[in-house]
Amino acid sequence: MSSPVRGAAAEAPIKVGHYASLTGKDASFGIVSRKGILLAVEEINAAGGLLGRPVEYLVEDIQSKAGESATAVKKLLSRDKVVAVLGGNPSSNSLEAAPLCQRAGIPMMAISSTSPKVTAVGDCIFRICFIDPFQGAVLGRFARESLHARRLALLTPMTPYGVGLAAELRKKFTALGGELVAEQKYAEGDKDFKAQLTALRASQPDVIAVPGYYTEAALICRQARELGLTSIFIGGDGWEAPQLTALGGPAVEDTYYSTGFSADNSAPAVREFVRKYRHRWDDEEPDSTAALGYDAMMLYADAIRRAGTTDRVALRAALAATKDFAGVTGRITIDGERNATKSAVMMRVKAGRMEFVETVDP
Amino acid sequence: MSEFLQQLLNGLSLGAIYALIALGYTMVYGVLRFINFAHSDVFMVGAFLGYYLGKFIPENTVGGGLLILLGAMLGCAVLGMTIERLAYRPLRGAATLNVLITAIGVSLLLEYSGQVFFGATPRTFPAVFPSANFTLGGLVISSNQVVVIVVTALLMVGLQFIVYRTKIGTAMRAVSLNPKAAQLVGVNNDIVISFTFGLGSALAGAGGILYALNYPSIDPLMGVMPGLKAFVAAVLGGIGNIPGAALGGLLLGTVETFVNGSQWSTYKDAIAFAILIIILLFRPAGLLGKASVEKV
Repeated sequence: MSSPVRGAAAEAPIKVGHYASLTGKDASFGIVSRKGILLAVEEINAAGGLLGRPVEYLVEDIQSKAGESATAVKKLLSRDKVVAVLGGNPSSNSLEAAPLCQRAGIPMMAISSTSPKVTAVGDCIFRICFIDPFQGAVLGRFARESLHARRLALLTPMTPYGVGLAAELRKKFTALGGELVAEQKYAEGDKDFKAQLTALRASQPDVIAVPGYYTEAALICRQARELGLTSIFIGGDGWEAPQLTALGGPAVEDTYYSTGFSADNSAPAVREFVRKYRHRWDDEEPDSTAALGYDAMMLYADAIRRAGTTDRVALRAALAATKDFAGVTGRITIDGERNATKSAVMMRVKAGRMEFVETVDP
Repeated sequence: MSEFLQQLLNGLSLGAIYALIALGYTMVYGVLRFINFAHSDVFMVGAFLGYYLGKFIPENTVGGGLLILLGAMLGCAVLGMTIERLAYRPLRGAATLNVLITAIGVSLLLEYSGQVFFGATPRTFPAVFPSANFTLGGLVISSNQVVVIVVTALLMVGLQFIVYRTKIGTAMRAVSLNPKAAQLVGVNNDIVISFTFGLGSALAGAGGILYALNYPSIDPLMGVMPGLKAFVAAVLGGIGNIPGAALGGLLLGTVETFVNGSQWSTYKDAIAFAILIIILLFRPAGLLGKASVEKV
């Protein structure tokens, strides 16, 4: 059954594992992060691989289900023996997978999990995106200073991501002199929000923040307009998906969200990445999750080159020492908590498209 | 006050959908004494039929909307009768447990075939009816809420008429009372049971369209939660009893909405189900059900 081996292929490939929802309600994040990572892997291999070895990319679909992240990562670690793990998207997925990577001593790079708890799991857990405190603070500042809101209401999903973001948003908004007038909660997967929105309507907020994901956010905006609510809706990077406008239609017009990347950014590195991505993926425009996936893989490649080996201890040390890595989502420095320090951008939905509003620095 | 009325309206429109699905559970139970767990998935298929029909029929017109509603009801009726013919009829006369387990099997089959054929990614349901909002004092009423409540009320009246005023309805009640005796007096049980499934599934199809109209993100597992709630509503009202299913659905929808609008929204299912347990403690046969002794 063995096939003849020759040249560079004789070198065993460097295996990197990725766990993501390629199906189910979070699929849009998983699919684009896969596209971003794959673009990076192909680029690395076309340039001769890493340390003379090709990179092999393995992906496990966690189907947007609780519990699947742990199973998928167990498979990647014990069956496939990967040297590095990429993922996940929602913080809840990363929190499931992180203890397993930490125990195995294999580095994990969370792609868009913004809860501070993720990297607190241990010294092998890193992240490429910004964290909730920062994103929450950005939203709080934006609501208070750019939208001039005085009265804020929160509609928080009961997820680590939502709760973490809401706490920081509230803190920043009230510190800047605003008032939190009401808070309501919902469970992920809920479809009826009219009860909560009716309760919020009574407190007449200027801005309603929904720190959840796009499916719920779009349904919330629709139902809010049906109830005659005219407040401005804002959210975090969980909103970023084409489904937001497909599902929300006119109801999500003039809503705002924060994210790590905008394809409208005119920086040359971003322009080049957008061109390559569009070329590879049928003219699709990359969003921040795609860019973060690309950056995560490129950062691993950079760390492996700097370490000169795929040994887990050396690789971990090289990742932790990352300083001013030029990624497409900004200059990335890994701090003492293994979080990436970088800038955020605010986006607005206008005529069914996402447009760039402003950049906010940490 | 206006907040209370608004929540009541929200609750009634949610409850009306639960009621519509609960009617299907209760009818099949009334005639065959078993819970058709595949009912909630027929509901899902109804929504998807509407989604695909929406591609051929112009959106945003009352006529087109009604056409989609009828098409989905018809499709679901055929599906329900097929399921009965292929999965349940061969087991007629077998222990109830066997049929119950088959029903769970059919439910899983529909859910996961749905993932294969429709894909697991949520789809956006088209706006099949024109929508508008009306303001009445502090009360905002959306046309979708009105459509849900009106369609549910009409279907319920129609159902009551079929069961109590037509020949086939009389036959249904006869089969429910005593299938052997019904057969002896010349009722064709197969046709009656097939009709019951068709009717119940048509209601599920209508429920699917109305649900998707209000919550326009549809996926193959969308039936699970509303199906469970509707089942609870049917038990709450007294399973086998048609007005009971309606009452149970409205009650459950209203309680859920009021809890959702309060500080305890994350406990909404816990509170709704606790109320169910308390009611069943005092009225084991449900609100409108008649207590009967099961003959073993």
